[in-house]
Amino acid sequence: MLISSVILPSQGKATEDFVYVGQALHTRTLAASCAACHGTHGNAVTFNAEFDATTLAGLDKAYIVQRLTDFRSGARQATVMHRHASGLSLEEINQLADYFSHQKKIKRQMPATQTLKAVQDE
Amino acid sequence: MSSFNGFNRRDFIKSAAALGALSFAPYASAMGKRSPIGRVVIIGGGYAGTSAAKYIRMWSMGGIEVVVIERSPQFVSCPLSNLVLGGSQQINDLTFGYDLLKKNHGIQWVQDSVIAIDTGARKVTMQRGDITYDRLIIAPGVDFIYDSMPQLQTTEAQKQIPHAWKAGWQTVYLRQQLESMPDGGVFVMTIPKAPYRCPPGPYERVCQVAHYLKNHKPNSKIIVLDANAEIVSKKGLFTKVWASTYTGMIDYRHDSAVVSVDVPTKTVSTEFEQVKADVLNVIPPQRAGKPAQMADLLESDYPWCEVDFLSYESEKIKNVHVIGDSVASGLPKSAHMATSQARVCASAVVELMQGRAPDPMPVFANTCYSFVDDKQAMHVANVYRYDAAKKIMVSAEGGGVSLVPSDKEGAYAKAWAHNIWSDILT
Repeated sequence: MLISSVILPSQGKATEDFVYVGQALHTRTLAASCAACHGTHGNAVTFNAEFDATTLAGLDKAYIVQRLTDFRSGARQATVMHRHASGLSLEEINQLADYFSHQKKIKRQMPATQTLKAVQDE
Repeated sequence: MSSFNGFNRRDFIKSAAALGALSFAPYASAMGKRSPIGRVVIIGGGYAGTSAAKYIRMWSMGGIEVVVIERSPQFVSCPLSNLVLGGSQQINDLTFGYDLLKKNHGIQWVQDSVIAIDTGARKVTMQRGDITYDRLIIAPGVDFIYDSMPQLQTTEAQKQIPHAWKAGWQTVYLRQQLESMPDGGVFVMTIPKAPYRCPPGPYERVCQVAHYLKNHKPNSKIIVLDANAEIVSKKGLFTKVWASTYTGMIDYRHDSAVVSVDVPTKTVSTEFEQVKADVLNVIPPQRAGKPAQMADLLESDYPWCEVDFLSYESEKIKNVHVIGDSVASGLPKSAHMATSQARVCASAVVELMQGRAPDPMPVFANTCYSFVDDKQAMHVANVYRYDAAKKIMVSAEGGGVSLVPSDKEGAYAKAWAHNIWSDILT
């Protein structure tokens, strides 16, 4: 059975009311862990066109859920995302998708590079 | 309560004014005229310290005052710094300022060295004076242990035999030495016993040096003296690359811990042999950074810091948290790991300081790329989740390494670097 064929519960008002205590905390740190590749709040920097990480902010929730479950099941080939998607529970995938779909899409800043100063390093 | 003593008065007023002028721009509405919930002092502005500072400011809506103490005026990235040795990156591509981070998040910044920590009085002493805290976060990275190589403790010796394991001038010196080495020379690198910062890092460095030598000094040779019984990370991939791409160039010797180093002759001794180098790169054994030692946070039989993985609060001292490479986590000491730990710590600190409980089951990711030449990279990636019975972070299902290194993953590795720099420095 393909995991991608599992139907996730739709998030109506009623289900949201039953989100366990601490869910918001759990999701915010888990989502922030994605920032290393996908940027703060899911806004990836634009850098190298086709190899840029996907900006997750503002994407459709169902689309994110589908992608992650496909990476998880192997239905969609990935270079590295299958490693991450496989480690998440379906509930976490659902919560992450909900979180990123509600983030505002903004252009990320890059810090400017500098000339290394003549300081003593350790 | 918190006090801010000993600063040059004008500097203090200037920084207070600067903070006022910012009026916590992104948080203004939530902040109102409410006084801060308290003060968090963070020692260290590396991957862990910067992440903790930013996310505490964001998640407390500016309600927690954050002061970072960092000795260096600039951030220099260890990730990608091996590429400086290979020649495809310059150190100035990896060097950044802290200005945007400070400005965007209203973080107070003190460029200074910590000389003492009094956890009883909740006070950190710097060269310029004292600062008190409600909670302290220590993110000092690693410190080197020179017991078996006391000759390498001086700045002069490290110029001749750089470790280059904290990116900066030593990275530049090592590159210059490789450029000056004659064709047919011998590059010798020593690897300490694990755990050390960046498990695949030494083997990536071997690839980078080999890449440079293959193209510019093809008669040269690399000898790797590894204190470990075998290659610590991505073993199969590195072994394959060394055999196929750098055939005959790399002589790998396991169980070869350094027992002494002779600086003038660049000769390193193990229990079994003496090896003379033209260019010698000794990566010393490591322990938790000096501020963690000052606060007496290291275990007696193990030179790292035990923490509660729900908050990264020290198991030894209350209100003191440790994040990044200094933590005894059993997990890879990587940049991504440092930021992941920092955010769990930041989230917990924000909750604890408002009398609430932290997330009881944190989950986070780690991705670590290694470059095998100027373009191709390969990953090791894992999700880690809290195991409530064992009280540690354990690997989740599905983690692992690339099948082969590729150009595509090389591009992703660069994207990773740009995104993590943007996340922690803006």
